[in-house]
Amino acid sequence: MTGPSLMDSLFQRTLEDLIKGLRLHLVHESTFISKSLDEIRREVRSPDLDTKAAAVQKVTYLRSLHGVDDSFAAFPAVELAASPRFRHKQIAYLAASVSFHSATAVLLLLTNQLRKDLNSSNEFEVSLALQCLSVVCNLDLARDLTPEIFTLLSSSKQLIRKKAIATILRVFGEYPDAVRVCFKRLVENVESSDPQTVSAVVSVFCELASREPNSYLPLAPEFYRVLVDSRNNWVLIKVLKIFANLAPLEPRLAKRIIEPIGEHMRRTGAKSLMFECIRTIVTSLSDYDSAVRLAVAKVQEFLVDDDPNLKYLGLQALSIVVPKHSWAVVENKEFVIKSLSDTDPNIKLEALRLVMAMVSEDDLSEICRVLLNYALKSDPEFCNEILGSVLATCSRNVYEIIIDFDWYVSVLGEMTRIPHCQKGEEIESQLIDIGMRVKDVRPELVHVGRDLLIDPALLGNPFLHRVLSAAAWVSGEYVKFSKNPIELMEALLQPRTGLLPSSIRAVYIQSAFKVLTFCLHSYLFAKEAVASSSSCAYDLESGASDSIPEKGCPEGSNLATSEALASSEQNEDFNRSFLCQSVEDNCTENDGDTLVAPGPSSSSASLNKLQFTRGSIINLLDLIKTALGPLAGSHEVEVQERAWNVLGLIKLVEQEIQDTPMQNEGKFVMEELKASEIMKLMHDAFFGELGPVSKSAQERVPIPDGLMLKENLNDLETVCGDVQLPSTCSFSLGKPHFEESSGSLFDFQKKEELEPSSESTSMLAEHRKRHGLYYLPSEIKETTSSDYPPANESKLAISVSVSDDVDYLVKLTEQSLVPKKKSNQTKPRPIVVKLDERDGVRIAANKPESKNDLISGAVREVLLGNEGIPTSSQGKHFDKLSSKTRGKEKIAIVQPLGSTGLLANAGNSELANSSPRRSKHVSHGKEKKPRSPRNNAEGCEERSYRDKKKGDHRHVKNKARQSADGGVNVVAQTPVIPDFLL
Amino acid sequence: IHFVLLISRQGKVRLTKWYSPYSQKERAKVIRELSGLILTRGPKLCNFVEWRGLKVVYKRYASLYFCMCINQGDNELEVLEIIHHFVEILDRYFGSVCELDLIFNFHKAYYILDELLIAGELQESSKKTVARLIAAQDSLVEAAKEQASSISNMIAQAAK
Repeated sequence: MTGPSLMDSLFQRTLEDLIKGLRLHLVHESTFISKSLDEIRREVRSPDLDTKAAAVQKVTYLRSLHGVDDSFAAFPAVELAASPRFRHKQIAYLAASVSFHSATAVLLLLTNQLRKDLNSSNEFEVSLALQCLSVVCNLDLARDLTPEIFTLLSSSKQLIRKKAIATILRVFGEYPDAVRVCFKRLVENVESSDPQTVSAVVSVFCELASREPNSYLPLAPEFYRVLVDSRNNWVLIKVLKIFANLAPLEPRLAKRIIEPIGEHMRRTGAKSLMFECIRTIVTSLSDYDSAVRLAVAKVQEFLVDDDPNLKYLGLQALSIVVPKHSWAVVENKEFVIKSLSDTDPNIKLEALRLVMAMVSEDDLSEICRVLLNYALKSDPEFCNEILGSVLATCSRNVYEIIIDFDWYVSVLGEMTRIPHCQKGEEIESQLIDIGMRVKDVRPELVHVGRDLLIDPALLGNPFLHRVLSAAAWVSGEYVKFSKNPIELMEALLQPRTGLLPSSIRAVYIQSAFKVLTFCLHSYLFAKEAVASSSSCAYDLESGASDSIPEKGCPEGSNLATSEALASSEQNEDFNRSFLCQSVEDNCTENDGDTLVAPGPSSSSASLNKLQFTRGSIINLLDLIKTALGPLAGSHEVEVQERAWNVLGLIKLVEQEIQDTPMQNEGKFVMEELKASEIMKLMHDAFFGELGPVSKSAQERVPIPDGLMLKENLNDLETVCGDVQLPSTCSFSLGKPHFEESSGSLFDFQKKEELEPSSESTSMLAEHRKRHGLYYLPSEIKETTSSDYPPANESKLAISVSVSDDVDYLVKLTEQSLVPKKKSNQTKPRPIVVKLDERDGVRIAANKPESKNDLISGAVREVLLGNEGIPTSSQGKHFDKLSSKTRGKEKIAIVQPLGSTGLLANAGNSELANSSPRRSKHVSHGKEKKPRSPRNNAEGCEERSYRDKKKGDHRHVKNKARQSADGGVNVVAQTPVIPDFLL
Repeated sequence: IHFVLLISRQGKVRLTKWYSPYSQKERAKVIRELSGLILTRGPKLCNFVEWRGLKVVYKRYASLYFCMCINQGDNELEVLEIIHHFVEILDRYFGSVCELDLIFNFHKAYYILDELLIAGELQESSKKTVARLIAAQDSLVEAAKEQASSISNMIAQAAK
């Protein structure tokens, strides 16, 4: 028996077979793959390395292109890496780099193999190991292999050296302590004569500096020299990137590099380098006007280029420059606008961003006009991009850019009508937000809302339902500005509202409720006013038909006899249609007139224009009853609840209104009074002002002394008993944290209200029971807030309204709803959402920082010694001092580092070699100027002594350095000083 | 560079190389998203796509899309040049490269890419050097292979 392994190796499928097989089995690919996987599973266990290698190779292929799980092949790959044959190693490392990740268990086993290969004399083996390490590196690997890589950093073979340099980036990332060991050698490589090595080092520093630039300022002179000397575009681009990060930290540096950058821009033909120059200037050197002008001129060349890439990048460069130099965009405005119709969506998008960046108060409306036109024409996706950015721009900083809110509100309405519009949510929130924040715009808002509600086409678009809900809410809340509440009511109750989701239907019904309250209120009050003047004043339908066209005169003045009334009841059908029509006529007349003045007594103002006749009211009630009747049996709790509220109110009022004519005078007056009393309460409850509440408002509410929130809750439970329980449950159902707090706030407020009228606790408890039921579970949106006082409650009010005292209390509680509404109304949604968001961001942002801090901390330590690691927040005002001292400290630290570990002996010579570079750090400081003429050893030494005195506890080490190689240092130092920094 | 993808026009992945850690699930998602994003773009559009706050630079050569994902601040044109560079090296190595070459020699494509980029950074900007290095490695492999095949022949004969 030769065993299965031999058979396997003889008849094993090669990679090529596998690929061919895959291509043949296009249809049953997955079954083929799983079959081959089974095969491979067997093969990787084979003791024969060739078989194993082929298997691993196959699995690598499947893994990288088909994403199969290949964890079973991890160990065989490690085994294979130990093979003496290069081919096997190659396959094994490829497999490792494709499928291993930093948490793979077998990585531990790989450590030794990697170490062996890193020390190998075969440069290709070393490079394989490095390549693999650069991918799979984790903390353990980095820690264990740092010495090897450190050695390789100065390898004589440039192939290895550059790869080691690149790998070190990953090692630093995983194991910041490696910086202490390797940093110096890394820096030395900048001076290398080999361009590839320099390129590798610069790339590494580019990455490091982009994470935390502060630490690398002392290295600026090296980079500067590369910038000036190098003619390699790859390197130049990276160096420019480094400077883009460094320049903002050190103004003098910026001044220095402008010249060479401009030089490169004039010289180079390579677009990539050109673009990098431009970007460096616009991001980091935007204070230097001449440079920016040059850059913008070049950007213009990009913009007119045929290559869409350059166009795109040109626009992007402009968008970077625009916050500081808006003239740059204005100069290119024409082109930017033209780009909006480019075929490339990316270019369009970029152009759109630019356009939005350059809007100002003056040209906002013009630009919006242009954009909306584009939105009409373009495809849905871009259309919504446009709308989204317009909305975002306009609402920036609480609408700071908008002056004419009437215009903006109408724009919002217009947006809704754009066929592709999907921005319902944003428009919704803005409509409501504006409504609450901007008082003066409400009439227009109601007008826009009415237009939206009336348009039946909008109901069919599910994206717009949110807008409609906002429109409904606005119309309900600010119905007093409406020119025609009845028409509004019809719109709110139109049959097609059946298309709306239940949550929004609930808003509709709630708004209808408000409108109804308003109508009844104005009706009854007008009547009351009349009733007080003329004793037998009740309006008649026949009279009403006359009175309506004559606006301005109260209907009560048209007295009619009771016979007319009797006949009118027969004619009701006719009258109804007539009435509706006439009311509409009335409304259209009004449209031509000025808007309703939003005066303080607006209800009376609108009364002058709107005549609510008994008939119209009855029609209204009928309309509501027909529309809402079926909904009272709805399965949706929200809808059902609200429908019942409205119906209940109607039942209550209707009876009185309709009955009155049949009853005698005295009773009528009383009934009427009762009804109007109810209506007054309802009205007061609804038409309190809703204002925006800041996010932190809740935190600012002080907790009075002696008020224990916990205690309160307990109290309430005893008061309300089991009725309260369900409501508290529903509190904790939703987003637990916030709901809880809002609940407690609510209770707390409630308590406060309780205090003045403590004798009526039981009544309030009763009231609160209802209130809580409606109030808590409805998390939908604003309307929930204005939801509570339902018909039931007014019944309650009636039942007790016998005594004036209690009546007063009811009123009191009703009114007390208003502040509660306020606090609740803006809170639920915005707060919860925002808090979550912010928390998430904070967590996300924290993570990467910590690691960077580690690295840069280590870098600083190397550069500055252990002394006072400046945090980045210390930033600028430290710079003057620290850039000077940093340079010094760096010299100081080299010695101790050099003497530790492997290069004990090399210390001196290396110091000498690298001293010109370091000496420039010394000269980096301000102090240089007065000193520079003194180009002799004494001067320099003295200087470092002086610094030593400043840097107190580095004293000893400095001294050591001084005595060791101060002389060498100084000699090399002198010629370079004038080279850098003016 | 976060990763390199080669996608054929039919949406088949031809080569993937990840320089940043992505789990297998994420990888599959990334590939799906990007191939949807890139393959639908017309020929005359620019070669950059913004994606999840990163940028993807892609270029089409024959039926293959070469995509590289970079940071927002990186130089797009440079990456385009890297792509071109890669393609030229492939071309030189395979002798007018085509998709099939990459399919059947996927490991070689990896080796070349590894010479070109390490840890997401450009390493070797000279085509000649890359070619030389790859050739040297290939000869090593060939030597090993000959040895291996002779051994397996011996075994095979012994088995008979």
